[in-house]
Amino acid sequence: MSIKDRLSGNEAIATAMRQINPDVFAMFPITPSTEIPQFYAQYVADGKVDTEFICVESEHSALSACAGAEAAGCRAVTATSSAGLSYMNEMLYVVASSRLPLVLAVSNRALTGPININHDYSDSMAERDSGFIQLYAENNQEAYDNYLQAHRIAEHPDVRLPLMVCEDGFITSHALENIELEEDEAVKDFVGEYHPENYLLKSENPLAVGPYGVSGYYMEARVAQAEAMKNAKRVILEVAADFEKRFGRHYEFFESYRMEDAELAIVLMGSSAGTAKVAVDELRAEGVKAGLIKVRVFRPFPGEEIVEALKNCKAVAVLDKSEGFSANGGPLFAETASAAINLEKRPKMIDIVYGLGGRDFTVGHAKRVFARLAKIVETGETGPIYSHMGQRDLRKEVQ
Amino acid sequence: MNNMIEIRWHGRGGQGAKTASQLLADAAFMSGKYIQSFPEYGPERSGAPITAYNRISDERCSIHSNIYEPDYVVVVDETLLESVDVTAGLKKEGAIVINSSRPAAELRPLLRGYEGRVFTIDAGKISKKHLGAYFPNTPMLAAIVQVSKCVEKEAFLKDMETSYRHKFAKKPQVVEGNLNCLAEAMEEVKE
Repeated sequence: MSIKDRLSGNEAIATAMRQINPDVFAMFPITPSTEIPQFYAQYVADGKVDTEFICVESEHSALSACAGAEAAGCRAVTATSSAGLSYMNEMLYVVASSRLPLVLAVSNRALTGPININHDYSDSMAERDSGFIQLYAENNQEAYDNYLQAHRIAEHPDVRLPLMVCEDGFITSHALENIELEEDEAVKDFVGEYHPENYLLKSENPLAVGPYGVSGYYMEARVAQAEAMKNAKRVILEVAADFEKRFGRHYEFFESYRMEDAELAIVLMGSSAGTAKVAVDELRAEGVKAGLIKVRVFRPFPGEEIVEALKNCKAVAVLDKSEGFSANGGPLFAETASAAINLEKRPKMIDIVYGLGGRDFTVGHAKRVFARLAKIVETGETGPIYSHMGQRDLRKEVQ
Repeated sequence: MNNMIEIRWHGRGGQGAKTASQLLADAAFMSGKYIQSFPEYGPERSGAPITAYNRISDERCSIHSNIYEPDYVVVVDETLLESVDVTAGLKKEGAIVINSSRPAAELRPLLRGYEGRVFTIDAGKISKKHLGAYFPNTPMLAAIVQVSKCVEKEAFLKDMETSYRHKFAKKPQVVEGNLNCLAEAMEEVKE
């Protein structure tokens, strides 16, 4: 039986961690993810977990300590945000290429500058090529559910890749909302124990960790890592199917909301999707064939599947909550548009960068996006492909 | 969404507006509602203006933006009336509840033409009487429940007692003061 409760996203993730009781949690605090180790420290103090809880002196060290623990065959976790994730950058690549399947909770926050503590995806998007699997959540429930599925995906023998469970900083991490939690025993049974096939300290089947890769071998290691990321697609769906069988909540690579006959569609991520759903409902009530796709899995990117869901649309807006400074659109747009490149008949596609540094995104904003898509269909003119929305001066915006 | 109540809290860092918003969400949750309670953070400094929000509804609300057209506004610190447009977007069918020793009529001219109902309560006085210190958020919580009727009064007081007994398990002596604080605030909030 699930337990009805009300928790912030941070407490939901800390609760999932408590239920899983990992071997090692190495932490260095940073807003807005600080509460995750803070709640966890209380669980340690109260004897609810027997995790080795290590307070280190930086995020680089936090991930290094987790890497060491994983290399020794342990299940390790940590949490961070923003500059903390950037400071882990070097170790993210080490962890992923060493095939150490730790789980990293990220409360997404903008990167400097100007200095800002609020939400956008610039921190985790900057690490999209690190080799981590990335899951994103609309609310506290999805953050909790993604966390419960994370270790099984990461640790699967065909995957063995680290994984980021991302939630929207403050918007989700600090918002108290209703949630359904699962019983501790049911969670432990679903997640299972971690028994890696080989690791550094396993005498009967040891693993070399961090060796030099000469040119004659480096590429094979990278291809194997790329194959593992492809395998993750199958495993993500298998784990989601078992999750649904046990707990009743359905997950895929992305959520298709009222997409069956949609002509105008938005592709976006996280809490903004919940807000945009209300705009879709209101427009549907007016007879507009609107729909949206909420991307849950950004790495591996489900390009073929998203394009399949979008192929009958007339116009699509991809909403990027990070600015990649490519002068050619944000990362979600780049992935979505390139996946569509070989379609015979493609929808017209635009990119809108929005919500940077916590700039609010409302139902009204989502409706303005749909109005622009309707105008594109009506006139046949795509207009500027890449623009910014939600600026202080409305006159600067493409209408 | 039908039957959704949206509330915006204005306070200063350290006065407990965010905590009050969470306690209101707790009380509404215990009465079977779907709730949201979330703060809007700027640079965090004690004494700086802060905003917190509540949505209370019968179905889960998927909107995750701030609230621009609230049904109710709670002002925990009346000095904010000069610097913050606390009634911005406030529905005239709704109401504003202000922590002040002054009567509502005296404060209305400061509300930039707001036409709806104005309530005041001397939260500081009630807090000092029952808690011996300035914790205005507890009386303000009771006042907004009384004015908005977002939670039924008897259930609210009962649920808050449960909540306080849990929260103050190591300091049971403060439970009664908090409960008296709530009860008096519900009587004292005046239009």
